[in-house]
Amino acid sequence: MGGYTGKILRINLTEGKTSTEPLSMELAKKYLGGRGLAGKMFADEVASDVDALSPANKLFIASGVLTGTNAPTPSRYMVVTKSPLNGVIASSNSGGYWGAELKFAGYDMLVLEGKSDHPVYISIKDGQVEIKDAGKVWGKDVYETTDALKQEFGDDKAKVLAIGPAGENLSLMAAIVNDLYRAAGRTGVGAVMGSKNVKGIVVRGTGKVENANPDQMKEVVANSLKKIRENGVTGQGLPTYGSAVLVNIINETGVYPVNNFQGSYDPEADLISGETLTEKYLLKKHPCYRCPIACGRYSKWDGKEGAGPEYETAWVFGSDCGIHDFDAIHEANDLCNKLGLDTISVGGTIAAGMELVQRGYIKPEELDGTPLEFGNAKGMVEWVRKIAYVEGLGAKMAMGSYNLAESYGAPELSMSVKKQELPAYDPRGIQGQALSYATSNRGGCHVRGYMISPEILGLPEKLDRNSLEGKATWTKIFQDLTAVIDAVGLCLFSSFALGLTDYTSLVNAVTGFNYTDEELLACGERIWNIERLHNLKVGYSAADDTLPKRLLNDPIPSGPSKGQMHNLPELLVQYYAERGWDKAGVPTPERLNMLGI
Amino acid sequence: MRVTVKLFATFRDGRFKVEEKNLSEDSRVLDVLQLLNILPEEVAICLVNGRDVKEQHLLNDGDTIALFPPVGGG
Repeated sequence: MGGYTGKILRINLTEGKTSTEPLSMELAKKYLGGRGLAGKMFADEVASDVDALSPANKLFIASGVLTGTNAPTPSRYMVVTKSPLNGVIASSNSGGYWGAELKFAGYDMLVLEGKSDHPVYISIKDGQVEIKDAGKVWGKDVYETTDALKQEFGDDKAKVLAIGPAGENLSLMAAIVNDLYRAAGRTGVGAVMGSKNVKGIVVRGTGKVENANPDQMKEVVANSLKKIRENGVTGQGLPTYGSAVLVNIINETGVYPVNNFQGSYDPEADLISGETLTEKYLLKKHPCYRCPIACGRYSKWDGKEGAGPEYETAWVFGSDCGIHDFDAIHEANDLCNKLGLDTISVGGTIAAGMELVQRGYIKPEELDGTPLEFGNAKGMVEWVRKIAYVEGLGAKMAMGSYNLAESYGAPELSMSVKKQELPAYDPRGIQGQALSYATSNRGGCHVRGYMISPEILGLPEKLDRNSLEGKATWTKIFQDLTAVIDAVGLCLFSSFALGLTDYTSLVNAVTGFNYTDEELLACGERIWNIERLHNLKVGYSAADDTLPKRLLNDPIPSGPSKGQMHNLPELLVQYYAERGWDKAGVPTPERLNMLGI
Repeated sequence: MRVTVKLFATFRDGRFKVEEKNLSEDSRVLDVLQLLNILPEEVAICLVNGRDVKEQHLLNDGDTIALFPPVGGG
């Protein structure tokens, strides 16, 4: 058997016991691994009505079948649990080195169950697993924790995943951070880990991930690497500028949100672009495990060094907060890594807070002297810290922009879908992306079906961003293919250069299975449908497949895309039909039967 | 006529970020590319006033042209 280690590690925190069990190959064939397999096991094992922060919730941390192999970009692991932010099936993934190391230690997945009665961390040295006291590191930030746990483990090659103070304080925007700078950021997964009193997981593995067909693998890897190197985006654009190269593209297109989506064009955006990052801040590239793209940045700012911001982060702490101070953006990004917070949600919540102040909902006396206004960089950085430590108004903000705005009777000022903050694209001028936002099964998100790729970047082919034609079909295929990529443990950025056939070839070479392209894509559709079924069970409906009021009702007010508007109602009808769902957005028994669910 | 030309990513190397250009009437995007010594096949995204266009697109006085090589992210 190739790809899989065949073992799942269960850690019962309530009883302080660990056990291993064999991976079900029957399930693995249908759900692949990562987001898929962990999602299926989550749906089978966790009742839909559990409180996400109670011991009854479980935290699945799963590698993909290609994680740790020699396939290109094989670094990803996925965290699956019930989201404390919005109750949906949370699946949040991260790169770096930790996911591959888990495979080398002999596990496809680990499951955290119950709740420890005191702070602990998990130590995994190949097959040797221990639950250890974390009293000394509880309260420490991610950087201090990573150093301390590595030291105690006694092996510098060990990889550490940890939560920061934000996760301990149960912020609904808390991330799980691995290898210092890589985060399973979204959907509040860090709070679930914090609720279980688990501070971190240290792993060191000396094993290997086998390939079922090494000769075949050599050929398909060479082929896909060639495509990645020859592709303009993965071979040149991303390696040179990082993902923040998008700042200028999205801005010049006029779909670049400004001041909590009150505007869609920023004349000063170049100050915080990938080009400026490269020219003035970049020290070196900071790649994930075996990545031929190396989009990660390592920068210097204001006498400090650390990971450089991604596109979404540069935008959210920048233009979305009316800020063009790149030092402050670096600082806010670094604080999020250090304190264990999701940059998109935190920046979006600060931006919403700024608008709540602008419109008089939040009173000056609630701010304890810390400015919360568009354009105030120093205040913005301080609010990141206050959110992590739930200080003053920071405690309300730590619950996310929706809960914050709702507490002032103005939920419409939260730029979120299903309570999760939207990323850096105004959907009114990008029809497919509007549909993708509205139907994302983890709430506001760009990486569940990245329609920006065909609609703006022209990959794999250029679609008219304002047209509805074919968008429901494209969105469904992108969502299903993304679920496949998330389930096999590769980076979504590989898909700028690779297509379904490449992924099928890689999976078959590693596993020895014989998926056709259609069968592999059906795995993605199966994953999408079990996620949808969970969300319906917790009470979501077609009415939640929507956008925030401002984006739903008003056209883009200014800039190059002035006047543009989504046509979500029409697209949703087409989309439900395309998915084989009924008019209420519920998967039909026929479609579920066809998918073997 | 007068247009604003904005260059991004590697197109800035040895050129500029933003410049105003005087062009003869009936100029097309292709004329701007020739002026800047950029081959049409090097261009991944060409926006005129935020709209995607091809190199044969006819320009108007006051247009803003934004040119990008293949880049992406997310």
